[in-house]
Amino acid sequence: MARRCALLLAGVLTALSALPAAGATVTLACSGLGISFDLCRDGAQEWARRSGNEVRFVSPPKGASEQLALYQQLLAAGSPDIDVFQIDVVWPGILGTYFIDLKDRAGPDTVGRHLPAMIEAATVKGRLVAMPWFADAGVLYARKDLLEAHGRPVPETWEELQDTAALIQRAERAAGRDRMWGYVWQGRAYEGLTVNALEWIASRNGGTIVAPDGAITIDNPQAAAALAMARGWVGSISPPGVLNYMEEEARGVFQSGNAVFMRNWPYAWTLVNAADSAVGGKVAVVPLPKGGPEGRHASTLGGQMLAVSKYSAHADEAADLALYLTGLDEQKRRAIHGASNPTIPALYEDAEVVAANPFFAELAESITNAVNRPAQATGMRYNQVSAEFYANVHEVLTGRRDAKAMLPDLEQALVRVSRGGRW
Amino acid sequence: MLVVLAGVAGWPLFRTVFFSFTDATLATLDGFQGVGLDNYLWLMRDPVWWRAVWNTLVFTVVSVGIETALGLGIALILNAHLPGRGLLRAAVLIPWAIPTVVSAQMWGWMFHDLYGVVNAILMGLGLIAEPRAWTADPDLALPVVIAVDVWKSTPFMALLILAALQMLPRDLYEAARVDGVHPVRVFVRITLPLIRPALMVAVLFRTLDALRVFDLMYVLTGNSRSTMSMSVYARQYLIDFQDVGYGSAAATVLVLVLAVATVLAVTLGRVRVDAGR
Repeated sequence: MARRCALLLAGVLTALSALPAAGATVTLACSGLGISFDLCRDGAQEWARRSGNEVRFVSPPKGASEQLALYQQLLAAGSPDIDVFQIDVVWPGILGTYFIDLKDRAGPDTVGRHLPAMIEAATVKGRLVAMPWFADAGVLYARKDLLEAHGRPVPETWEELQDTAALIQRAERAAGRDRMWGYVWQGRAYEGLTVNALEWIASRNGGTIVAPDGAITIDNPQAAAALAMARGWVGSISPPGVLNYMEEEARGVFQSGNAVFMRNWPYAWTLVNAADSAVGGKVAVVPLPKGGPEGRHASTLGGQMLAVSKYSAHADEAADLALYLTGLDEQKRRAIHGASNPTIPALYEDAEVVAANPFFAELAESITNAVNRPAQATGMRYNQVSAEFYANVHEVLTGRRDAKAMLPDLEQALVRVSRGGRW
Repeated sequence: MLVVLAGVAGWPLFRTVFFSFTDATLATLDGFQGVGLDNYLWLMRDPVWWRAVWNTLVFTVVSVGIETALGLGIALILNAHLPGRGLLRAAVLIPWAIPTVVSAQMWGWMFHDLYGVVNAILMGLGLIAEPRAWTADPDLALPVVIAVDVWKSTPFMALLILAALQMLPRDLYEAARVDGVHPVRVFVRITLPLIRPALMVAVLFRTLDALRVFDLMYVLTGNSRSTMSMSVYARQYLIDFQDVGYGSAAATVLVLVLAVATVLAVTLGRVRVDAGR
């Protein structure tokens, strides 16, 4: 097994030259292509220069589930090949046992700087198994020009969004733009649907599927109301094809000028304002709507962290690298040069950061109010919980099942997944 | 020879069966406990598993049925003395020559709801009023998967049947023609019984292939439950959920289903052959 992993790694290893140094060689697996890899490489090489160590880079596979499977096998085999791993915000529960506790190494001041939700996501059974590196949260993209033309404000609640979207869609189609839709989002049966549906439910105070203590809370009237509302969008303000959309399909429709609103991650901001975009300069980013007057603005928290393998031959240097890359100065540099969203709230008020990314001011609220997926409580079984959830939600959205009737079944299925409540 | 077979086929199979009685995960491949029949009990109580079984059976019966009928028709046409027969035979083989993953991806783009050629053609002909989300709509997804499989595997059927047709003794047909027997009667009474053994083999091969289908569903619709086959289910547990024990149990049941199908096909086939004599 270990040998196979080593072979696998040999295939993906891209050793980049670092300055010759007397120190240790730390291997870092940072995923991502293009700009995000450049950001990672530049930061790590700067650390190497300052500390007198060397950094080697490993490019993991592109797909998240392949990445997770590879990391699991590597770590299960006790392989020391990779010292620092870039992990998704929902993985600490799955991989946490293989990572060292960074709490004392970071110190309370550093930990206290980060978003509480991010620290919570990185904490497994009292151990801080990863350091937050960059954050992600769902936001609402709105066509400012259309809202102004039709005299509507930015929607504050989902109900308002529904009315505004329907009104503008009708008016625009009457004016001959017959491909106009009100609202696009991510409806394919995959992790992105879990993220979207969690936002609808949490915005109505319907909980997060499984409570932090492991209690299954999904079968509640607020959740049923949220899903019934979303079911009503399909075919009316959202195209039927939305049930097969991921992030990029939604962006394609919005960016070609065929949607009033879009739910997406912050990454789309640069792209919808690019030179080849039909809607450049006409877009506003606002927090996702509340679920009714009693509700709240809820965005699902996404993002990446850095974790240090407990099999690392140089745990001290590796931890130092992870802390350097996730530190204030490096996060600031990443924000200015690559529009990477910091996990340190103070940076959203930093003059230089805001000057480089004016829309960070709009993001700050969504990111600081972000909700965690139930990855903590469900630990090893998170992927299964999510798959069960999105499959059932998809059934409701296609109109095959009624939300109220589906939720008790989903609850039963989750009891089965947890093998009777023992997560 | 036996040693090689045991190493290549026996060992992995034994490991799978062995893991199916444990609670092993990808992370605990060395530190697991036996859980007896637990995995199988959970499996039998999972409605998603039964849906995957149902999807697989529907897929198998419908696709193999259509492929057999079409394959027989194409074989009869190719067997007739048409001009350009060699070229036709080569052309028919193209879909079979393309790797399944490639053809599935290709069809996936053709069925795309926004810019797929299938929607464009059907809209152009006025058969549908608005673009359909072929692979997203739960009522359309399984038919789409079956259609792609028919496109891909019919040539294989046609070729096996054609081989059988070309072995038939000519003098039987001469005699039938002299006696003035109706062509349909000739086909039912002479051709079919003679090519039956070859037909049975072809159907058995396709059935076993169809029961283990994985790549078509995975490429066209991912892990969607409306099309999930038994293999897709087993992979989801093994890889996405890292649940090696449970996934192995699903894989073991799949092997059992295949074994039963083979035994049934062989014995029933034989019985009918004997009765025919």
